[in-house]
Amino acid sequence: MEKSYIVKQISIFSENRPGRLAAIAGALRDAGINIFAFSIAEADGFGVVRALVDRPEDAHRRLTDLGFRVSFTDVIGVKMRDEPGGLSDIASILGDAGINIEYAYAYSGKDAAVLILRVDQAEDAVRQILGHGGELLKASLFR
Amino acid sequence: MASWNPRIEEMPLDELRRLQFKLVKSLVYRLYSFNDFYRRRMKEQQVHPDDIRTLEDVAKLPFMYKNDLRDGYPDRIFTAERNELVRYHVSSGTTGKPTVVGYTERDIQNWSESLARAFSSCGLGRGDVIQVSYGYGLFTGGLGAHYGAERVGATVLPTSVGNTERQIELMQDLHVTAIACTPSYLLHIGEVAEKMGVSIKNDTDLRMGFLGAEPWSEQMRGRIEDWLGIRAYDIYGTSELSGPMFTECTEQQGIHIWGDLALVEIVDPTTGEVLEAGEQGELTITMLQKEALPMVRYRIGDLTAIEEGPCACGRTHPRIGRIRGRVDDMLIVRGINVFPSQVEHALLEIPEVGRHFQIVVDRKGALDNMLVRVEVSEEAFSDKITELMVIKKVVEHRLRSSLNVSVDVELVEPGTLPRFEGKSKKVVDRRSL
Repeated sequence: MEKSYIVKQISIFSENRPGRLAAIAGALRDAGINIFAFSIAEADGFGVVRALVDRPEDAHRRLTDLGFRVSFTDVIGVKMRDEPGGLSDIASILGDAGINIEYAYAYSGKDAAVLILRVDQAEDAVRQILGHGGELLKASLFR
Repeated sequence: MASWNPRIEEMPLDELRRLQFKLVKSLVYRLYSFNDFYRRRMKEQQVHPDDIRTLEDVAKLPFMYKNDLRDGYPDRIFTAERNELVRYHVSSGTTGKPTVVGYTERDIQNWSESLARAFSSCGLGRGDVIQVSYGYGLFTGGLGAHYGAERVGATVLPTSVGNTERQIELMQDLHVTAIACTPSYLLHIGEVAEKMGVSIKNDTDLRMGFLGAEPWSEQMRGRIEDWLGIRAYDIYGTSELSGPMFTECTEQQGIHIWGDLALVEIVDPTTGEVLEAGEQGELTITMLQKEALPMVRYRIGDLTAIEEGPCACGRTHPRIGRIRGRVDDMLIVRGINVFPSQVEHALLEIPEVGRHFQIVVDRKGALDNMLVRVEVSEEAFSDKITELMVIKKVVEHRLRSSLNVSVDVELVEPGTLPRFEGKSKKVVDRRSL
């Protein structure tokens, strides 16, 4: 049951030079794939573009065909109150449970703000958040 | 400057050629009798020692190449017993296998003698302090220059490479008058000194440099001499010949190749035909007195020409001009020879990256910087930056240990590196000399 909240994020290797994000976004646009959220992690000369999209399998195939290096990563999407203390609530639940956050990014959508988390124990994190009355994005949103 | 060994250095040319012929003759007989490798080569070429009747007949002898040393790894083509060797030096091969050079006591003596003549021809001698900033160790540069300088009675300061501030302090405190290093390292020393508020020209006793192990130009000589207030001499050699062996004299009109130790030929790189003096071609050397590792008509791969006519210094031995380039794709980075095939070979053993690569060589300040661009393999691609950084470090480490020179690695997207063979795309050299 925890598994139904584990979402597939796509991660794309990208060189750190002009036009690379445009190339990735253009490929997704051409395939009619919608991006819910994304972030860019940068290192020395390269970066990783991480994105939550509506059709991760299609996006993976499409980008791989175009020659991109792509992988799936399990993440969870936690709904937050879009008001002061929203992030603090979620972060405290995980901190108290001893669950480490590897990275996170967030977007503020129509209904709520969503925090996307990569944690070391995803199923534990799901249990803790649900147990504390939190709400998570369902994997079924993403085909 | 006075000759170190006038009898040899100023020997009339016809007498020198007679001496060379005698030495070639005995070398070929010795190899034919005792060296399986070279006897086989001679038989393949259908040449017998008796066929060498004049010095020109050397052209009948088969060539040797760097691959012969690699194939004979470690000591299969040596002509001395192991217990006769007093030293080994090891240099990188064209692929993963290094090449080993062994020396008998006499080989070391001749090597030192060669450099003693060379250093003397530039005026180095007793009372001079020479800082040897070539690497000491398996590389021949440091120990070679060291022995040669001690032989002429100079005081050696064996600084080796690195720790540049300290080198500059010692240069001042110990009244260093000469330095042996790569031209780019000397430029680096000059820059670091300026940052320390030290002018090499005004605040040190440095008056000459023996610069080599990498290609440089007359333009660069002009810059170094004006800026640092020294005479800059070209020094030449490779580990297969022993190490650094020959330099220019104070005339700065070509590098004297001591004819009793080495027979120089310039050959057409494609046909192997011997070229006339003045014609550009591949430098080919026969070491006439080497005991442990014979080198006959060794194709070094450097392009140059024999300078015509006698040198104003009075030395009769032939001279070669500046090295104009390479016949192969060998690069020289911080004085270290690097073959793209070595990079290829090293990458094959690193599953985290693909086999395609591109080498970009640049000069950051005065020093060479080598960047190797590689593609992350599908299996190794991770969403985590830390894991990708580990891959980068692993590749840097592996390349460093197989090339003996530090390398920056850049991870690039798959499919972006040139797929076809050829130096023009695999190697981008942005340095200007």
